[in-house]
Amino acid sequence: MWHSTKSHDKQVIFCKSTAFLFVQGMGMKLNTSALESHRLVIGTSDELPNGFSTAPSFEIPNTTDFDCFQKEAIQMVKPAKGTTTLAFIFKEGVMVAADSRASMGGYISSQSVKKIIEINPYMLGTMAGGAADCQFWHRNLGVKCRLHELANKRRISVTGASKLLANILYSYRGMGLSVGTMIAGWDETGPGLYYVDSEGGRLKGMRFSVGSGSPYAYGVLDNGYRYDMSVDEAAELARRAIYHATFRDGASGGVASVYHVGANGWKKLSGDDVAELHYNYYPVEPTIVEQVMVET
Amino acid sequence: MECVFGLVGKDYALVVADTSAVHSILVHKSNEDKIMKLDSHKLMGASGEAGDRAQFTEFIQKNVALYQFRNGIPLTTAAAANFTRGELATALRKSPYMVNIILAGYDKETGPSLYFIDYIASVHKVDKAAFGYGSYFSLAMMDRHYHSNMSVEEAIDLVDKCIIEIRSRLVVAPPNFVIKIVDKDGAREYAWRESIKDAHISAA
Repeated sequence: MWHSTKSHDKQVIFCKSTAFLFVQGMGMKLNTSALESHRLVIGTSDELPNGFSTAPSFEIPNTTDFDCFQKEAIQMVKPAKGTTTLAFIFKEGVMVAADSRASMGGYISSQSVKKIIEINPYMLGTMAGGAADCQFWHRNLGVKCRLHELANKRRISVTGASKLLANILYSYRGMGLSVGTMIAGWDETGPGLYYVDSEGGRLKGMRFSVGSGSPYAYGVLDNGYRYDMSVDEAAELARRAIYHATFRDGASGGVASVYHVGANGWKKLSGDDVAELHYNYYPVEPTIVEQVMVET
Repeated sequence: MECVFGLVGKDYALVVADTSAVHSILVHKSNEDKIMKLDSHKLMGASGEAGDRAQFTEFIQKNVALYQFRNGIPLTTAAAANFTRGELATALRKSPYMVNIILAGYDKETGPSLYFIDYIASVHKVDKAAFGYGSYFSLAMMDRHYHSNMSVEEAIDLVDKCIIEIRSRLVVAPPNFVIKIVDKDGAREYAWRESIKDAHISAA
């Protein structure tokens, strides 16, 4: 029997079970709590027998090699972590700063991206890597932190919050997430700062800088850092480090935002355009003019 | 770039690891402790991919603790090594853990022991072992100067020789090292060898 294939009858199945194969060795399930709203979607029509209707589906692109296309698509949006973010612990808490440029290759797609994400009133996360990945998973972390508060009648520690995020990112390892974030907060033990990335690494430290501009920022930050700085001095150090990184790194720029996390939570201190900062730090000197063209 | 090595002496075993956490050209941290205490008398020094190293060693640590809770007695070092190897082997053909491990332990009946477990799940009980680029230097030094039943002082001297050699010959040598020891009194930190002082977390 010769069957004619309907060329537009594409099946879209969102399958969570394939993801389990990756982490079976750990005996740990892939953390799909954030994706629970997705359901099995079969067929392009919204009608099922017995009057049930399916969730809305989408058509997959008409390519000869869908897997290769998927890989190419992931590579295209794979961000080079074009950004500069930094955070450090000092006597008065944690100082967090970031630039605000989003770039796609050589094109600057935005100069006003919020790269410091407010997880809850006493914890901040920074964004480097994929904007969607960072925003979504930080929001998800905020949800989990709130649930922890409600279940345990006390706030979650920065250690705990960063561990939650690191475990989620570890379970998605190798699947194309791109997240390089720092979790900064103030809990019962004082200020806390953790670096968490999508490869599953998690580091506790006193100062970190993440992104393509981070080597430049590290230089200024390491040199000017003292544990006992005042809030203003620390803010100026953070702002200066971001400025110098945006000066040298093409993928960083826009506005340097500086936040401070203290015992009472975080507070945004400043948001200065780096071009203006340049002329503040290095004002234009009037040059000596030898000869002037004069209109006769 | 990550250097982990260890050796067995008279009634003790030593594990030494570098303490730098590196991402491509950036050193994020120079005081990262890579030797995990599995239980009171076991040390696990690990080197490899960042996420895998921390997550896998914690996984082994929690399972070792679980065994003790369930059965009332702790695992022997040999059992812990074989359990670790089993987990690595099971995951090997699906999503391998890129971690190399040196497991040192002290058992009351059998004394100190050292196990070399690499990322493709081979396990060997040895007197001295090393991983990473530093192994090129530390293995030769240990082969030359090691003898069985070394005292702690002799062994620390040998460790220092290895660290000096790594620092002077390896092009991207890690600046700081941590030395941990396990003997009949338990597993504990013995010393740090620092050439760059990073702000310690406890200072906060």
